[in-house]
Amino acid sequence: MTQLMPEISLPKIVPAEARTGVPAGSQALISIENLSLYYGASKALKNISLTLGERVVTAFIGPSGCGKSTLLRCLNRMNDLIDNVRIEGAVKIGGHDIYDSAVDVIELRKRVGMVFQKSNPFPKSIFENVAYGLRLHGLKDQGSLAAAVEESLRGAALWDEVKDRLHASALGLSGGQQQRLCIARAIAIKPEIILMDEPASALDPIATARVEELILELKENFTIVIVTHNMQQAARISDFTAFFYIGELVEFDATAKVFTNPAKKQTEDYVTGRFG
Amino acid sequence: MSTPATTHFRAKEFRLGSFLFTGLTGAATFLILAILVVILTDVVIHGLPNLSWRFVSTIPKKDIFDPATTGILPMIVGTTIRVLLMTIFVLPVGVITAVYLTEYAPNTALLTRIIRAAVNNLAGVPSVVFGLFGLGFFINFVGKNLDAILHNGSQAWGQPSLIWASLTLAVMTLPVVIVATEESLKAVPPGLREASLALGATKLKTIVKIVLPQALPGILTGGILSISRAAGEVAPILFTGVAYYMSTLPTHLTDQFMDLGYDVFVLSTQSPNIDKTQPILYATVLVLLILTFALNIVAILIRSNMRRKMRLLQ
Repeated sequence: MTQLMPEISLPKIVPAEARTGVPAGSQALISIENLSLYYGASKALKNISLTLGERVVTAFIGPSGCGKSTLLRCLNRMNDLIDNVRIEGAVKIGGHDIYDSAVDVIELRKRVGMVFQKSNPFPKSIFENVAYGLRLHGLKDQGSLAAAVEESLRGAALWDEVKDRLHASALGLSGGQQQRLCIARAIAIKPEIILMDEPASALDPIATARVEELILELKENFTIVIVTHNMQQAARISDFTAFFYIGELVEFDATAKVFTNPAKKQTEDYVTGRFG
Repeated sequence: MSTPATTHFRAKEFRLGSFLFTGLTGAATFLILAILVVILTDVVIHGLPNLSWRFVSTIPKKDIFDPATTGILPMIVGTTIRVLLMTIFVLPVGVITAVYLTEYAPNTALLTRIIRAAVNNLAGVPSVVFGLFGLGFFINFVGKNLDAILHNGSQAWGQPSLIWASLTLAVMTLPVVIVATEESLKAVPPGLREASLALGATKLKTIVKIVLPQALPGILTGGILSISRAAGEVAPILFTGVAYYMSTLPTHLTDQFMDLGYDVFVLSTQSPNIDKTQPILYATVLVLLILTFALNIVAILIRSNMRRKMRLLQ
């Protein structure tokens, strides 16, 4: 697939929109500006700048500890939960800095949903799992709740499998179903952006394929940022790929470009499996 | 061809240390079992023949030392009420403290460390000291001031009573509930908290809707332990509410009460004729054991019912 490129510096013409992660026909939605993050004294993210487009799937790749999950968690301020975290720079969503002191984290997380590495359904029924976020944000009417739960489960390609046991425990579902339930739970509150932190890393290949299909469907309506360790997965589902290494953004470009003709040697070594 | 010195895997020598240690642990376990068996058989053998419906359902009229006429209904009622009241007081306070310590307090802050040290030390304070604390704080300070404000100085709250005895026991068993609750809160997977917060739930909503329901069986374990500890305690209620003799059952929180544990003390030390009162002493001890057991069983049943409901969801 990739060939070993000798170190010749060919002038590479990269269209401007590709470098920002906003393809033609899309608008910039998330812009990360000179973002640095410190855990105590150690700098985990170093001056990251990225612009992500609306309804685009962006993959964050890189070896463990490169900061990709940390960056993902900056986008819905989940890092707020950790003591000793300090952030410099800005993250703007729709032009608003989400680290502004006036920002309501609750509202932010309503607009930026998240799916975690380890599926974490609540120990409640399937229905209640999806309804939880809806209730949180004020939906009380039983009829509308049921309709919204169905819509979300359909959206997560889970409805047909669980429609007869909506009130059974979510913990009785298989791993892949649980993860799709977590996706249904996230999309129920209609966020604009869905952050996925290695959503398929604990799943078998068949369940992984289903989740990947789902991500491609969700792209129609949502902006998706996905962290993955799986190179093929990033190649299959993402439009843009950002490669990180020890807290730095090494390369960010259209996925096809990153995987077939990366600009940096480091990226090439990583995507061809020579390290990482 | 020479064969190796050992071709089998059998131990070469008898391992004395291992043998002795196994014996020692076995002996220790057996000793505990033996003590328990001796106590229980002694109490049951001597207590059961003297136990009668009349005995447990009678309010003694004059002489609590007369085996023919005395009864222990007021003691059963008093002990039960003080334990239940204590549970009502200790569970909310203990749970809220544990929630603060695990969910809100910064783990390394000085204040958090002081609170934790205080909780641990509270657990080591002798129960008689709690009794004196209850007398000084609840009765002489809180009670007397309540009387001054509410009753123009006439005595209602400023004397030993059910409520003060229960509160004193609650303070005594607070560490038990706090520690048990903390443990069960820590056992709730962090992923569940994250999932809830990521959906836009506030921290409070997350704790109330997700964390506490998961921790409930563990919290009840704390409740069970505190009941076990408090049911047989006499020292803390000595100064704060127990009566030597009352002709009626308590009807108000401000009434004094009779108590099984204290009655055991009275029967064994104040009786004019020890031999004559021994049968009722045994019967009273048996009832105290049964009651403690019953209170525990009720709490355990509630907990297992809750666990079953949770397992249905798992």
